Amino acid sequence: MAAKPKLCYFRGRGRMESIRWLLAAAGVEFEEEFIETREQYEKLQKDGRLLFGQVPLVEMDGMVLTQTKAILSYLAAKYDLYGKDLKERVRVDMYADGTLDLMMMIALAAFKTPGEKEENLALVVKKAKTCYFPAFEKILKDHGEDFLVGNKFSWADVQLLEAILMVEELDASVLSDFPLLKAFKTRISSIPTIKKFLQPGSQRKLPPDSHYVKTVRKVLQL
Amino acid sequence: MAGKPRLHYFNTRGRMESIRWLLAAAGVEFEEKLIQTPEDLEKLKNDGSLMFQQVPMVEIDGMKLVQSRAILNYIATKHNLYGKDIKERALIDMYIEGVADLIEMIMYLPMTPRDEKDAKITQIKDRTINRYLPAFEKVLKSHGQDYLVGNKLSRADIHLVELLYYVEEVDPSLLANFPLLKALKTRISNLPTVKKFLQPGSARKPLLDEKAIEEARKVFKF
Repeated sequence: MAAKPKLCYFRGRGRMESIRWLLAAAGVEFEEEFIETREQYEKLQKDGRLLFGQVPLVEMDGMVLTQTKAILSYLAAKYDLYGKDLKERVRVDMYADGTLDLMMMIALAAFKTPGEKEENLALVVKKAKTCYFPAFEKILKDHGEDFLVGNKFSWADVQLLEAILMVEELDASVLSDFPLLKAFKTRISSIPTIKKFLQPGSQRKLPPDSHYVKTVRKVLQL
Repeated sequence: MAGKPRLHYFNTRGRMESIRWLLAAAGVEFEEKLIQTPEDLEKLKNDGSLMFQQVPMVEIDGMKLVQSRAILNYIATKHNLYGKDIKERALIDMYIEGVADLIEMIMYLPMTPRDEKDAKITQIKDRTINRYLPAFEKVLKSHGQDYLVGNKLSRADIHLVELLYYVEEVDPSLLANFPLLKALKTRISNLPTVKKFLQPGSARKPLLDEKAIEEARKVFKF
């Protein structure tokens, strides 16, 4: 029997959270090793497992993978969450990339000074409301289907739900003008694997707090 | 017969240049509709062509694709430059994400405030010779083959060689201690399609000088 994928990252969302979501959505159990000290990180680098000296790191199927997008694409393809053909896949990629951009803005804001952080997070909410969410609302409206691509659950749906929840943490009313996204959120959240991941005690991580920021800064010497 | 792909972007490298390289290397002729005024960009936004209100946008095979990664993935798959299975693709993705990170640092150097520029150049040089180039030299050394993945030309080779040209522009001496990378650069540059793209008069865009950036800043107000 195949070993479980092993994730190595800080104990927080950052660039690993989308990977956790996708594994969970696919119903794949995984283990986690958390980086808490500089010494741990330096050992990882010396071990030669980090191709460019960086995490996230995921070890699975005999591979030592780094680079978030490489890992996500591999998982999507492996667990059949990448559309049925090339034309569907490019749409999944487009939508997933867009939501990843939005979520990265939130992740990086945690590391700014208090004033800048507020400003950046306000900008994220604005972009979500004026650019990203309208685009996805339109996609759902145009085809009237339950899922973003090919009338079938895909990586794009997982990412969009993740992004919606993250932006709602910043502004609970953000979906007020998007009825189809509201329905989408309820629908995708009810999928058994996702429902399980959304429950307390799962491997889903909390929004970045000062302890997380401090740890990352210390380990990466930022 | 399908029309040629049509690229929508500014008359600069930016986030479109890797797409130009990949299409050219694949022997695909393409057209470019250059965005030269704010009105040009507004028109694209207003006619619904840009899913997230951003360029690059590529019209290809009846689709209007955005998100450079999605576009590149599509082209690479269509033209058999993405490895033979999902494991090779994961390796290729890992390598090209690293290449993209360094290209981004170099590409945005002209936009760095003057007083931060020297520090940025030092950082780029350091990452180049201590993080990225050693990783790729090691890959080539480990298998002794002519191409990065699967003993066959892939997008990884094209994107890496594009990067090596930019590294040379920053400082030619940076490549001095990487003989296998230098050999790869020569080998890929001699492929007929790439050789043609490297010649004057091709769609390849030049390095932006400070004057050109100032002009662009005035026109597009950024």
